[in-house]
Formats: sequence, structure tokens, C-alpha cells
Amino acid sequence: MHPGDILRSGSVGLRTRRLRAGLSALGIAIGIAAMVAVLGISESSKNDLLSVLDKLGTNLISVKASTGIGAGGSGQLPDGAPLMLGHVRPVEQVSYVTSVNAKVRRTDYIPSEQTGGITVKAATSQLLDTIGGSVARGRFLDETSSQYPTTVLGSVAAQRLGIDEPGARIWLGDQWFEVIGVLDPLTLAQDIDRSAMIGVPVARRLFDTTAAPETVYLRANPDKVVAVESVIPATANPDNPDQVQVSRPSDAIEARAAASNAFTALFLGLGAVALLVGGVGIANVMVISVLERRSEIGLRRALGATRRHVAVQFLSEALLLSVIGGAGGVTLGALVTAGYDLTRGWAIVVPLIGVIGGLGAALCIGAIAGLYPALRAARLAPAEALRTV
Amino acid sequence: MSELALPEVVLGLRDVHKSFPGSPPTEVLFGVSLDVLGGELVALVGPSGSGKSTLLNIVGTLDRPTSGAVRIAGYDSAELSDRQLSAVRARELGFVFQQFFLLDGMTALDNVADGLLYTGTGRAERREQAAEALERVGLGHRVSHHPNQMSGGERQRVAIARAVVGHPALVLADEPTGNLDTRSSRSIIDLLHELNDEGATILVITHDREIATSFPRQIELRDGRVESDTGSALTPAGREP
Ligand SMILES: Nc1ncnc2c1ncn2[C@@H]1O[C@H](COP(=O)(O)OP(=O)(O)OP(=O)(O)O)[C@@H](O)[C@H]1O
Ligand SMILES: [Mg+2]
Repeated sequence: MHPGDILRSGSVGLRTRRLRAGLSALGIAIGIAAMVAVLGISESSKNDLLSVLDKLGTNLISVKASTGIGAGGSGQLPDGAPLMLGHVRPVEQVSYVTSVNAKVRRTDYIPSEQTGGITVKAATSQLLDTIGGSVARGRFLDETSSQYPTTVLGSVAAQRLGIDEPGARIWLGDQWFEVIGVLDPLTLAQDIDRSAMIGVPVARRLFDTTAAPETVYLRANPDKVVAVESVIPATANPDNPDQVQVSRPSDAIEARAAASNAFTALFLGLGAVALLVGGVGIANVMVISVLERRSEIGLRRALGATRRHVAVQFLSEALLLSVIGGAGGVTLGALVTAGYDLTRGWAIVVPLIGVIGGLGAALCIGAIAGLYPALRAARLAPAEALRTV
Repeated sequence: MSELALPEVVLGLRDVHKSFPGSPPTEVLFGVSLDVLGGELVALVGPSGSGKSTLLNIVGTLDRPTSGAVRIAGYDSAELSDRQLSAVRARELGFVFQQFFLLDGMTALDNVADGLLYTGTGRAERREQAAEALERVGLGHRVSHHPNQMSGGERQRVAIARAVVGHPALVLADEPTGNLDTRSSRSIIDLLHELNDEGATILVITHDREIATSFPRQIELRDGRVESDTGSALTPAGREP
């Protein structure tokens, strides 16, 4: 039989029982939509994280003194560490922050215990460039402003202090500092979000800050990152290389992108259950359809249909139902994904595997659900089928 | 068919028995033998339960006899597989049922065209022949109507068009007027006469004496046996007149 004829005879039953067909296709559609949307959203979020990484690069290395139990040592890097690290050839940029023994408050009326968790750090003027950050308002520290009581606030620090415009003054240590800039949230150095940064010279002068850096940030040649990482401990602290902790902040984001979310698995499972229920719905509708259409089966046998023709007709009806449901589900799932991506400001990503897998799953379900009713229809003896009760 | 050619034996039954399984088995036909020639119009009559429908199903290859031989258009049904029997039904047989059995989801034209669906004919050709068949049964103006928009008489005409669209060797009708009023019945019987005049071989089960006597030949069945047969008015090929 011609494929067009198979399709036409397979769709007669659906056309004459539209509501029933629609409802049973809906069951499949919901299952497929859930699975496509879950895959789509998790893929979009991964894509977003990776595009952030792309922008920020994976060649930022942070170097700290080891801390915690058993680390030993002074908990500080040697004073000369930034200089020494700058001499490593594939290192392109070096900057560092040093912790400052001072508290910061909105005004001097606020008791000194209420710092809102904001720390004060002395930062070199290339820091922002090195960590790939940007200024929301104002400007970052430079050679000149590093000499004077001026400060730049991380995004969280600015929010907690209630400052969103440069020009305000805050009480830092025991004198007024002028806020000259506020930063955008930083992806690769989130502890800086919670700090107020001042210049290294002014920190030395006013607060006796040591020259020992707390964290050194390096940008290495992207092709030599691993090699650079391996020489860092001995370079930064030649006497105690084991007291140096080297990390790549981008690793955390990469890990987050790679981790399959527990919710993804859960929702995929729920989608699969919905799909199964949808399949049972189709099987149910097909069994009823075969019972109701005994005389049509008998008629078709009288017109010359073989058993195989009858089986193919009912199987194609089940497949048609599930493909309609599957296509509807894929569309719905893609729309949900697109809507979610838009509200998150992500690029819209509908993974092909979801689309193909969704349609494939629908087809499989339809084939399984339709097989038994189709065989039952085919086994019906023609004279028996035509006998009206 | 040329004037000189002698009619073929379209249907031949020899000592056909039929019993349905059960305990005890229901014995329905006890040795039915008869021949129908090409071009005949035959009425099959008999009381209810005498086995008319059972016989028609066997003639139509929808059921197999328990014993005995059935030849249709030259084929011995006992030698054919289910698949081959289906092909015989598709090409050599046309069916008309008391309940019409039209599909509501399709137009009259598509219902009639489905009479050729299992013959391997292309769709365009099927529809063309279906339009012709509807014209022949006087429904040329109802081509795109759906069965549920038609009267019982019109529906039965559509069903008859579907039965004759492939020019089968034999048309079988089981009480085609059983669901119709007198006037519609009359016109359906007239139509069967017309089709027979054009060359169709038709076997009709009916309860209506008047209809039966209007046919050139009547076979009466009683308790699964041929009680009487007015005999063929035609002369079979290969036999002495
Ligand atoms: N599938 C079957 N199983 C068992 N018995 C059957 C079956 N089909 C028919 N019979 C029996 O065979 C007998 C003849 O039935 P059939 O339908 O051939 O009669 P009929 O002559 O067509 O009667 P009517 O004029 O009422 O249609 C009946 O007694 C019926 O009960
Ligand atoms: Mg009957």
C-alpha cells in the first residue's frame, strides 16, 4: 500500500474522534514537553556559564598562603611573591590584594562592630584588569588615587553600605575616605565583592599594612596555564613551597557547568513517568477503538484488506497519535525553554538531542502502545467482525 | 461481453457443509451445491436461521466451509491463503450490507474509492472510478457529501457504488433493503436490476417475496439445504444447452 494511503486510513479514526484523539495525544505531549524543557533549560544554563567563562578566560590563577589545620607556616606569602611571580615568563599580569587591619562603616556614629561583613583590602591598581572586572560607576584606583584616602567598593559592599554613587564618604579606620568607584559583581573573585579597596601606599601610611600579599592574581598565557601553575609554589615561597595554595577560579564555574543538576534528573524522571502514562492512555484509546470499530475492520477485510493491512492501519493510527503528541510536546517544551531563557537573559538553547529524543520517545511509546491493539484487530475473523450483535 | 460469448461459471459450490464449534457444535449448512453464471441476478430466500448469511459469508470468502468446495471466478478457495483470499475479495467480489457500513469521516466519493483501496490502484484513478460509479448509481450530485448527511436509500446507493466500483465478478448483498422503507427499497432493487442489465452478476439475500419474484432466479434455503432453485435462465459455458 502507498504510504499516503496508510496515513489516510490511519487518520480516519482520529478525524472522526477528535476530542478523544486530542486528549490522548495531550498525555504524550505533556511528558515530552517536560523532558524537552528540562533538557533545554539545563543546557541553556550550562551554555550561559560557558559563555561567561569564554568572556573571562580560564587563565586567571589565584595564589594564597595555605590555611587551615595542618597547613603550618605564617599564613602569609612572602613580601616578594608578586615580584617573583611577575618574572615567570608566561605570566602576563600580576596584581594582589593585602588585608588591611581597619573597619569600615557608613558614618562614625555607627558602632565599630557593625561592619556588615565588609573587609578592607589594599589593592594594586591593575587588579580590576587582572581579574576581569568592570566598574559600574566612577573609576578604579590608579597611581595617584592610591596615595590618598579614596576607596572603591565591591558590589555587595556598596549595597550593604547603601552607597550607589561615587562622591559619598565612608568612615574607614578612623577617618573619612571618599568613594571614587563602585564595581560590577565579579564572577571570578567573589570575596572582592564584599570589600572596600584602598591603595597600597595609603594603607601602608595610615594602617601600617604589611607588604605580605593575601592573594596574588595572575594572568598567564592561556596555552601555558598548567605549566605556570606547577612552578608557582616554588616561585612564590621558595623556602616553603608546600605552604602555597594555587587555584583557578574558573574551575568552579566549569564544574558547575558540568555538574548535572539533581533537579534535572528528578524532572526528567517525572517527564518519563508522564510519558509512560501518556503511552498507557494511547494503548487504552486504541483498545477501545478496536472494540468499537469491529464492523469497520470487517468491512475492510471484505474490501480486500489483509491482516497486515489492518494491523498497519491501527499501528499507524497509534503512531500518528503519538507523533502529534510528540510534536506538540517538543514545541511546548521549546517554548517553555525559550521563555525561561528570556527571563534569565540567557541565549536560547534548545538541544537537538531533546527534540530528536522527544520525537523518538514518542514514536517508541506509540509503537509499543499500538502493537497489541493492532494485532488484536488483525486477528479478528472477517465474518466475526461483520456480525452485528 | 460480446453477444456470442457464453457466460462463465462465476460461483460454484459443491456439497458445502458448515458447522460452528461449540458443545454441541452448531450445524448450519448440510451439503449445499449450486452454480451461478456470469450475468445472473439471483435471489437467495429462506426462513430466518436457515443459513443464508452463513452461506453468503462462505461464498464471499469471509469464512471457510467445514467441508466441500467453493470456486469463485476460477479460484478454489481451499487452496488459497488468507492473504490470497483477501486479494480475491479485493478484485473479484463486491459486498453490500444491510447496515451500509460507510465511514462517517469520509465523503461519499472517498467511501466508494475505498472499494479499490486494496487493489493497488493509484489514488487519482480510484477517485476517478469512484466518481463514475456514483454516477452509475445516480448519486453524481452527492459526491462530496458525508454519509451522515444522507438518507438511508442514498447511503445504500453509495455502498452499492463501492461494491461495483472495481467491476467485480460477483456482487453479494445481504438484505440490502432490510433497513429501508418500501420506496427506497423499490429504487434499490431497480438499481440492482439496472446494474445486472449492464452485466453485473449479483446474489441478493432477501426476505421480501415480491423482490424475490422480480428476479430471474430464486434459490430457497431451508435448514441448511437448497429447498428449491428456479435454475439459471442462461446457458453455462462448456455445457450442452
Ligand atoms: N458464528 C456463529 N457461531 C455459532 N452459531 C452461528 C454463528 N453464525 C451463525 N450461527 C447460527 O447459524 C444459524 C444460521 O444463521 P444465519 O445468520 O446464516 O441465518 P440467516 O438465514 O441469515 O437468518 P436471518 O434471515 O435471520 O438473517 C443460526 O442458527 C445462527 O445461530
Ligand atoms: Mg442473515
